[in-house]
Amino acid sequence: MIAAHNAKRMYRFDLMQRLVARLEHEEAVIGGIGNTNFDLWSAGHRAQNFYMLGSMGLAVPIALGVALAQPKRKVFAVEGDGSLLMQLGCLATVATLAPKNLAILVLDNGMYQITGGQETPAARADFAAIARGCGLTGAAWAADEADFERLVGQCIATDGPHFIAVKLDDQPPVTQTERDPPQIRDRFMRGMGAKRSKLPG
Amino acid sequence: MERGWHQIALDVLKANEVRLIPYVPDNVLKPLIAAIHADPFFHAFTVAREEEAVGVVAGAWMAGTKGMVLMQTSGFATLANVLASLPCAFQIPVLLMISERGTMGEFNLGQAAVWRTMRPTLEALAMEHHVITRLDECEFIMDRTIRQAHLTQMPAALILSPLLTGGKAVTRQVVA
Ligand SMILES: Cc1ncc(C[n+]2csc(CCOP(=O)(O)OP(=O)(O)O)c2C)c(N)n1
Ligand SMILES: [Mg+2]
Repeated sequence: MIAAHNAKRMYRFDLMQRLVARLEHEEAVIGGIGNTNFDLWSAGHRAQNFYMLGSMGLAVPIALGVALAQPKRKVFAVEGDGSLLMQLGCLATVATLAPKNLAILVLDNGMYQITGGQETPAARADFAAIARGCGLTGAAWAADEADFERLVGQCIATDGPHFIAVKLDDQPPVTQTERDPPQIRDRFMRGMGAKRSKLPG
Repeated sequence: MERGWHQIALDVLKANEVRLIPYVPDNVLKPLIAAIHADPFFHAFTVAREEEAVGVVAGAWMAGTKGMVLMQTSGFATLANVLASLPCAFQIPVLLMISERGTMGEFNLGQAAVWRTMRPTLEALAMEHHVITRLDECEFIMDRTIRQAHLTQMPAALILSPLLTGGKAVTRQVVA
């Protein structure tokens, strides 16, 4: 187990590229509010990506809903530290329901970066320890990029629920997601095979 | 024998293939919650906050499973932000069933104060919502509201009035 303060600070866009590169089976990815989903978008849009535009803190619950609806598909929730802090109870829910196909990835930059970089009130908190305390027993910090890749590989290859936390540096997102909620929803539903349409999509 | 409101709700949910039921409990909802847990058609579970349940039902809908959130009035009052930015903005038919507290003999001033925020919030969100007061209208209102939500891909709320459920009445101040 690696303590939070030993984890290397990594670049969010690089990690999103590494994550997306590992996805070969139409895994769903739910990107949390703001910078989190911006860098998921920048890593290359996939039909199985959903980008939140508000509802701060709901990346994990949305991913849980997808995971329950489609138990054969792996689902990743990518959430910011400030966002998760707003909805910590969802970790207990996930641990209790224990969906095997759900993985939670927390991007911890220690701040509310998109609103100006203010510190979160979690300066002394350890997200992996919180997750373990909720019952997600395998929760771990990624020590560096290689460790991150190893843990993502574990999420894909083994039964969950999984929880990975990463420490981020303070680099801004590469660009912003196109903000068109009904289109994002429509494309994601097609990507999930939950909608068929003759309208080109 | 006449079906109670909770039996009607159960039948309507089944007929509309609404399976996933995350909830934060309410005393009035007890018989419905018990019936849903007892029926293997449904997947019902508690969540820590009503917001979480809205996220779960939204995600499930997008992946092909229909759901509904159960809560009481005070739970609804925590939801304006996520309703506006998730089901309303993305056009996702998240269904809410709200046990109405705070009116018709409420004994708790906190509940009564929160009750006053519910309709203005639903109206401000432009969310379809119907109050069910009578047993003979229960099936029609529930069934049509749920169907319309799914067909139009818009969220909707069903409010269970104490006139329908009996509510939670206390007649005297308790001085312990
Ligand atoms: C309920 C709510 N409160 C506050 C905000 C404003 N807000 C938007 S994003 C954000 C910060 C998100 O922080 P985090 O998840 O850590 O992501 P980061 O910006 O650090 O990448 C805040 C405070 C909001 N959108 N919703
Ligand atoms: Mg942050």
